[in-house]
Order: sequence, then C-alpha cells, then structure tokens
Amino acid sequence: MSQVNGVGERPAILVEDLTKSFGQVRALRGIDLSVPRGTVLGVLGPNGAGKTTAVRILTTLLLPDEGRALVEGYDVVRDAAAVRRSIGLAGQSAAIQEELTGRENLEIIGRLYHLSWPQARSRAVELLEQFGLSDAADRTAKTYSGGMQRRLDLAASLVGRPKVLFLDEPTTGLDPRSRLGMWDIIRSLAADGTTLLLTTQYLDEADELADEIVVIDHGLVIAAGTSEELKGRVGGDVVEFIVPDRGRIDDAATAIAKIGESEPLADPGSGVVSLRVGSRGSDALVEVVRSLDAAGVVTRGLTLRRPSLDDVFLALTGHAAEEEEPGGRRRGRRGARRGTDMERTAS
Amino acid sequence: MTAVAERASAPGVPAGPGLGVRFRWAVTDTLTITRRNLLVWMRVPAYLVFTVIQPVIFVLMFRYVFGGAILVTVPGGYVNFLIPGIVAQTAAFASFGTAIALAMELKKGVIDRLRSMPMARSAVLAGRLVADTGRMTVTILIIIGVGYAVGFRFLNGFLPAVAMIVLAIVFGVAICCISAFTGLAIGDEESVQAFGLIWLFPLTFLSSAFVPIATMPGWLQAFANNQPVTYVVDTMRALALGGPVAASLWKSVAWLAGIFIVFLPLAVRAYRRAS
Repeated sequence: MSQVNGVGERPAILVEDLTKSFGQVRALRGIDLSVPRGTVLGVLGPNGAGKTTAVRILTTLLLPDEGRALVEGYDVVRDAAAVRRSIGLAGQSAAIQEELTGRENLEIIGRLYHLSWPQARSRAVELLEQFGLSDAADRTAKTYSGGMQRRLDLAASLVGRPKVLFLDEPTTGLDPRSRLGMWDIIRSLAADGTTLLLTTQYLDEADELADEIVVIDHGLVIAAGTSEELKGRVGGDVVEFIVPDRGRIDDAATAIAKIGESEPLADPGSGVVSLRVGSRGSDALVEVVRSLDAAGVVTRGLTLRRPSLDDVFLALTGHAAEEEEPGGRRRGRRGARRGTDMERTAS
Repeated sequence: MTAVAERASAPGVPAGPGLGVRFRWAVTDTLTITRRNLLVWMRVPAYLVFTVIQPVIFVLMFRYVFGGAILVTVPGGYVNFLIPGIVAQTAAFASFGTAIALAMELKKGVIDRLRSMPMARSAVLAGRLVADTGRMTVTILIIIGVGYAVGFRFLNGFLPAVAMIVLAIVFGVAICCISAFTGLAIGDEESVQAFGLIWLFPLTFLSSAFVPIATMPGWLQAFANNQPVTYVVDTMRALALGGPVAASLWKSVAWLAGIFIVFLPLAVRAYRRAS
C-alpha cells in the first residue's frame, strides 16, 4: 500500500464543510469526509440526498459554494487539473459510445489520457480481459447487455490508472446477477489498493463493499462509521414479518406495540412489519407470535435478525432509505429497486 | 509508486505539463475526438441518410417539382438559382447533428466522463466542430455533384466557386456554434431537435435560398431581406454565377463574425458548466 514517505498518511479524499446550493435547493449543507488511502468509503443516502452533488464536486465537474475538498492532496477548485490526473469516474449510466466497439471505446479514452497508440491498444486489451469483455471486444457496445455496458464504463474509468476512483451508484439499474458481478470487480479494485468512494442507495451494497460508511440525508452527514458501528446504533435485534392481508397490518402493529423497545414500523406497501426488541431476542419473538395469534393476524416469514442498515437508516432519518425525495431531480434512468426484505431469510 | 513519492516531496504543487505540451495535447485530443465522432457517424445508417440522401432528395424535388413554378432571372434558370441556396440550407441543417450529438453525450454522462479527465478542455467542442465540418463538406460536394447532373453550372470561374464553398462551410460552422450552445444548454436530444426545427426552418426558408424574395408579401420581405441567410445565399449565388459580391459579402461577414463572437463563448461556457 502506498505509504507516503516522510509526510505521514494523508487521506486520499478530504472534505471540509462543503456546501452547494442550486437556487433555493441546498444540495449540500456542510459535509465533512475523510477517506484514508486504499480504503472504500460508502456514501449512502436516498435520491436527492446530495450524494451525486458531492461526487460531482470531488471530480471537478461542479464548483462548491463554500468549504474545501482535496483529492490526493490537490484542491478540487485550485488544482483541478491535478485532481483530474488522479481520479477515475464511473457514473450512474454507462458513459460509453454505443456505436463504437468496446475496444474502440477504451482505445479512445486511452488516447485522451495521452497514451501512445500502442499503449492505448495494450491498455484496452488488458482491461477487456480483466472485465471479461474480450469476446465482445469488437462488437459495438450497443449490442452489450446492461451489465456489460456498465463493466465497459467502469473499465473506461480505469484506463488512466486512477489512484482514487469515484463510483456513483455503480449498480443502479442492474439485474441481481450483474450486480454481484460488479461487486466482485469493485472488491478486487479495492484489494489492489485503489481508494474508492462509492455512492449507493442500496444498504446491502454499502454493507458488502465499504470499509466505512457515511449516511447522507438532505445534504448533511447524519452518521458515519463502520457497518457494525452503525448497526450498533440501532441496538439489538429486530423481529420482522409480513402481513399478507394488507388490511390487517395496523392490527398487527397494535398487537405487538407493547413488546418492542420502540414503536413497530409497518410498511403498507410491502406488508413488512418490523420491531426492535433489544437484547430480548427469542423471548420477544415468542411474545410476538402469541400476540399476533391472539389478535388473529396471519403472518408469513417471521424472522428474528440482527439489524440491517435499513433499520439504521430508518432509525437515523425516520424514513426508509429508498424513498424518493421531493425535488430530488436525477439525470438518467431511475434505478430498479432492490428486492424487498422478503429475500432475507431467518437467522 | 514513484509518482506518489514525487508529489509527496512538493505537496499541493501539481506537476502539470508545460505550455508546449498542453498545446500539443489540445491538438491531439481534438483529433481523437474528431476521429471518434466520424467513426460514430459512419456507423449509424440514419446519419448517412441525413447527410447524403436527404439533400439529394431536396435537390431533385426543388429542381423538378417546385422549380417549374418558380420564375427567376439568373443565367441558367432555376437550377442555378437553387444550388447555392440548397448548399447554404444543407450547411445550416448539418448543425442538427451537432446539437443532437452533444445533447446525447451530455445526457448519457459522456461529457461528464470527458470533463473529469486530464484532457484538453477545448477538445470536445473543437473535435465536434471539426468532425461536423468534415461531414458538412462531404454533403456540400455531393449536392454540387448532383446539381451538376441536373444542369447546375458554376458560371464565374474556379476560384469564386471555391470561395462559394468556403463561405457555405464557414456559415455552416457558425450555425453549428449556435446549435452546440443550444444542445449543451438544453441537454435533451428530442427537445433540441424540436427547437432546431423551430428556428432553422423559418430562417432558411424565409430567405432568398429557394425563391426570389420579391415574390413574398411585403411584411415577410422586410424580414427576408435583412436576415443573415439571405446575405450569405446572395453572396454565394454571386460567387457561383457572377454579379456584384461586395455588398452582401460584407454583411455576411459581419453577421458570421457576430455569430461566432456571441455563440462560441456561450457554447464553451455551456460545456464548462454542463451538468
């Protein structure tokens, strides 16, 4: 790992009190971040929270109103050119030229990084190989699947061998299998020592990939820490179940209201009811079953589990992580939603 | 890890390239973007149709369908009147491609990717304009070729003919600058296309490009006589067929210079702050 001689360990990304407004909308209201070299920071938040604005400022695409942001020690405003030499960016949509082949896309990016033609060619071959696109190298990117296009996009962001890589919602819109493939690639990049800043709306993604997580909501960092630390904030276990008859979801919530450490949370959309039960784990589970039985509510998929980042988010913000923010305008495709909690199995 | 060590020795001081290198990069980056744009252009059949077939259809339609009904007093008849006009219109319409391509690149994040890279800031716009100029030149030469096949002739010698083509290209590039700005400012290819129709169709048809302005109603003549397309087309026609050039040429040059002075900086600014 790149220990800087004599200077000590300077963070790869340092953000201090960064603000940005668009007219009346205050997208960032003073955020601080510090990302040590070679680590992965997960920036978690719903649409419109300010994640993309932060990434755009850090990648020199947008000027901040106030505050300071350094990437590899370079100021994103004063030393923007130096920042650009240190970073790679892969955004929410595949920023590739669909009419060109995968190989041509990467070669052209290589040329724009001022590699010679032979260097650009061999770098393209290398990356196509690394991203499993060798067989499709000479097909136009238009014929690629969504997952392949995103892999090509990620490969393009790596042509210049960036020290710091920004991935803005790298798996938004991908099917589950492509998502897992993307996770593997991101893990191997992190293992190679690249510093990564990854934004996501998917809590499991941050949980899975990030060393540290910051939660952003309404332009403010509302929590920071490791996944375990954040889960610790919620405290204790969660009992969760689904009420197939949505009309009875309130009855279910009322029936178990006294058992938990706080009010149960019921989502009428998915029918999921969750209840924080602290350390009383299985005792609480038994009580929940009895109460529901007494109230005559039929449930499915009753589980007792450790708190997920969903619970953390809910506890921190009072609303679910994937809720659309009013006024949270986004460019590009809206992402496919993550599978519901029903996918989770009992532990 | 040498790069890290070098930087660590002078923290905060970017080891940026010198002026000479930066200039060379501006040129090579522009050429790279030009090459990319031309590759894309050749891969999309629809683009080829717009560039080649549509203008040919226009020539044949005006020559044989409308031409008989339009009386003109230029030597050689309507076909000689028509070709300079249609060349100018085609040059202006080439700018649709500029606006649409930039809007698409903006929407898809291609421009964000390029702006986050250490490439020359000017290259995306410059490469776009160079590629579109090449594309436009091909179209213009095709139209003149087809024109020759249906009876058009340059009557004023070789150099004025070349000057006519150059003027058409400069005019087309000026319109491309306006379109580059609108493409980047609007950022959605369909809106950009609709917007292009709204201003480019009236501007080119309400001019001396296809019919003598004297045949229009008075209120329309006031507009048609005093707008840049008319000046440019009149100059081109005079260059192609002979006749007084100076008056309309100076007005054309003034208009074109004005368009460049206003819209090139606007386009550059829209590119820099594109978001």
